[in-house]
Amino acid sequence: MQCPKCHAPMHTYNRNGVQIEQCNGCRGIFLDYGELESLTRLEAQWGGQQVPPPPAPPAPQGYPAAPAPAWGAPHGGHGGHGGHHGHGKRHKSFGHMLFSS
Amino acid sequence: MTALLAALTGKARTAAHGTTGEACVCGEGAGVVLADRADATVIRHGAIVAKAHAQHTPPEELAARLAVAERLPGILLPPLRATPAPLHDRLVTFWPHGTPVDRDDPDAAPWEAAADLLARLHRTDPALLPHPLPAMRGPAKAARALARLRAAGPHPAAPPVLRAWHGLPPWARAEGPAPGPPRLCHGDLHLGQLVRTPDGTWLLIDVDDLGVGDPAWDLARPAAWYACGLLSPQEWTRFLDTYRAAQGPAVPPGGADPWPCLDIPARALTVQTAALAIAKAVAADRPLDEVEQALIDACDRMGRV
Repeated sequence: MQCPKCHAPMHTYNRNGVQIEQCNGCRGIFLDYGELESLTRLEAQWGGQQVPPPPAPPAPQGYPAAPAPAWGAPHGGHGGHGGHHGHGKRHKSFGHMLFSS
Repeated sequence: MTALLAALTGKARTAAHGTTGEACVCGEGAGVVLADRADATVIRHGAIVAKAHAQHTPPEELAARLAVAERLPGILLPPLRATPAPLHDRLVTFWPHGTPVDRDDPDAAPWEAAADLLARLHRTDPALLPHPLPAMRGPAKAARALARLRAAGPHPAAPPVLRAWHGLPPWARAEGPAPGPPRLCHGDLHLGQLVRTPDGTWLLIDVDDLGVGDPAWDLARPAAWYACGLLSPQEWTRFLDTYRAAQGPAVPPGGADPWPCLDIPARALTVQTAALAIAKAVAADRPLDEVEQALIDACDRMGRV
């Protein structure tokens, strides 16, 4: 393939098992989709470190982030969409529960 | 109508109008049965409410609890008479009628008022009260709910509830004193425990479970509903933030995580509510609904974290 920047031919070489294209002219490097992540992961393993997990998605708008216990509902306590609240009319059974011992 | 209900209806009418034959113009508010359960029978007559307390209620404990309600008129609805009256095998107390929270509109629930009342109740120094107070009965009620679950017979949802119960520390199962400094607690907070006076002030009612203990127990029902995904984060936050703003002592102030303080009582209330839900479902020969199942699922997760 040709370098998208200087249009010189590129050659393929292997770095830690990942195929990389490098330009013979400007020495620029082209990575296919996912190859940068593969390299980062390999380098972290090389250094004996874990790659940090991707950041958690932010809470949906309108739900304040309030702490909840680990045994809580998977979504409900954290403002997700799995709870029984927030969708129109409250469940009748919970309406009763609000008022009973 | 049971003999007790009939006698209590008469007592309520007499309390409202006296024995002099004054005409009753209370209309629809005359002789209304507000509750008729094993633990309480409650009749309204006009501006008066008469309550027959559970059988075997210790008279001296009820008197001590009534005295607290007399002493804290801006927090608890004060009784009309300082001492309970015997009626059949019950003790009867008399109260002014207050407007309850609208059961058909729980979205209008006064979460801020509930939180503020609890914070003020919890800040009351028990040593300043006229009598030594019995223990708050929250854990005893949880233990009673578990007894009802066991008496209901086997049910496929019972094992995780029983496991979660046995995972609680002894104090939360009414088998020992609560840790921490004893505070004045309501003992059975839910939205049916608030009434509005004619001037619009919300007050707490029902002193049957009032006593000293861990004040986090009074926050634990809303906390459990929130944790189980039933109460919205907004409602829970309104309640908790107001309690903190009013310097309620059950949770650390400011933005600190309240769950180290709430965890055990909220587990206990989840287990209690789940146990009663199963017992009621067995009695009615019906399946659990999705709200009840959410409580059972939470009990199941308690065994895994």
